[in-house]
Amino acid sequence: MSEEALATAPKSAETSAPLLAVRGLEAWYGESHVLHGIDIDVRRGEVVTLLGRNGAGKTTTLKSIMGILPKRKGSVVFEGKELMHLPARWIARAGIAFCPEERGIFSSLSVQENLMLPPKVKPGGLSVEHIFTLFPNLKERLSSQGTKLSGGEQQMLAIGRILRTGANLLLLDEPTEGLAPVIVQQIGRTIAQLKQQGFTIVLVEQNFHFASSVADRHYIVEQGETVDMIENSDLERNIGKLHAYLGV
Amino acid sequence: MFELIGIPPQALFGQLLLGVINGAFYAMLSLGLAIIFGLLNIINFAHGAQYMLGALVSWMLLDYLGGSYWWALLLAPVTVGVSGVILERVLISRLYHLDHLYGLLLTFGLALIIQGLARNYYGISGLPYAIPPELSGGQNLGFMFLPNYRGWVVIASLVVCLATWFVIEKTRFGAYLRAATENPTLVGAFGINVPRMITLTYGFGVALAAFAGVLAAPIYSVNPNMGADIIIVVFAVVVIGGMGSILGSIVTGFGLGIVEGLARVFYPEGSAMMIFVIMAIVLLVKPTGLFGRTA
Repeated sequence: MSEEALATAPKSAETSAPLLAVRGLEAWYGESHVLHGIDIDVRRGEVVTLLGRNGAGKTTTLKSIMGILPKRKGSVVFEGKELMHLPARWIARAGIAFCPEERGIFSSLSVQENLMLPPKVKPGGLSVEHIFTLFPNLKERLSSQGTKLSGGEQQMLAIGRILRTGANLLLLDEPTEGLAPVIVQQIGRTIAQLKQQGFTIVLVEQNFHFASSVADRHYIVEQGETVDMIENSDLERNIGKLHAYLGV
Repeated sequence: MFELIGIPPQALFGQLLLGVINGAFYAMLSLGLAIIFGLLNIINFAHGAQYMLGALVSWMLLDYLGGSYWWALLLAPVTVGVSGVILERVLISRLYHLDHLYGLLLTFGLALIIQGLARNYYGISGLPYAIPPELSGGQNLGFMFLPNYRGWVVIASLVVCLATWFVIEKTRFGAYLRAATENPTLVGAFGINVPRMITLTYGFGVALAAFAGVLAAPIYSVNPNMGADIIIVVFAVVVIGGMGSILGSIVTGFGLGIVEGLARVFYPEGSAMMIFVIMAIVLLVKPTGLFGRTA
């Protein structure tokens, strides 16, 4: 990694207060009450995963933090600011970026347009050149239609485009889903590099092995609630408990 | 060659020109409809009434205030566009969470009200609007006589259509617009103000209709029913080109105008239904329209 790249990365502050504090988060899809009480703390520069079975509410948690779900309550404090009553676009402007599970690559936009789409919200985002050093494949495909890329390249594009904006908290929803092992490794290395540069990351993962290779801590989500938190360093001791939660 | 098929060239080129002129209006109107449908998911049935308002505002500007055609070309789209912005904010924006049908009913109702009011105050005989002196007269091209004003209409509409296409396909704002057409939620989650973009897009689409109305005023005279007459054909054009396709509506608009013109020469009895026959065939063969994306 170049020194210049390091210099442009978001700087970590010395404050010990969590960057993101979620308390008693509840959310609804229409009439159905899907989140019943999510409590998460994420410190600056951490990588934290949300683990849990299918339908436990992990994706919904990310969407609720991002303000995408219209009906939600509780508290989401980011950099000391309550976000609960703000629309998604203001939450984005506060410095949170979301990479959806379905990747959200726009088919009527070229790769270049997809990459440049999210507006800058803060100073300190990565340069386009730096994004190409992380994901060299993108550079050769700039004029292609966004959805003509392979699944792995689309995932790189989906992550790459939110690195430009200066957002310092990244919400990544299952970035490794459906990808070949070699691509999963590349995404894992990228997450490690982003962490090194001061990005804070909340990751939803089904791939427990992958999660344990990149994360500092894991929150367990069950039926719309956070039921446990396990430090990655304590993972060995808790493996039996974890298997019981995840049913693997 | 013309003797061979038994059509005098004046008649052929005359009808072709008429076809291109009609095509210019089809293109401008279907372009606005396509943009509005793409982003708002609203079938804007008030489009014809807004086109008529463009012509009517030009007439009022001239008759009440002495404002020239050139002022009308600027002020009528702005006035009608602003009314569109207010309409979207106050009424249409309340319907986005409902079925398409409600937007159609609302805008259809508005069209009836606007046209009814215009009929009530201005009658149905049509108000004359003179060709601006700068564009009177014409050119003898050898094979036909081209009135200057008609040449101007073709050029002005081409410029406006191509500029719109350029902004949507080649600029950053256009990329926002295309992205928001696909997935407004995600575009909002990137920090872009999608509701404002929707409002401005509706205002622009409506202003485009009003611009077409100003161009039409000296050709067709200003009539409260002028929009209702043309809008049915324009909807057929949008269906043939493919709902929501920008280039599709421009190409189809001009193309169908020309086809209609040719039909008037070779098979006058069928010219009025020509576009609808084409629509039926296109719907059978390619239901998404000639330029529509297959999902």
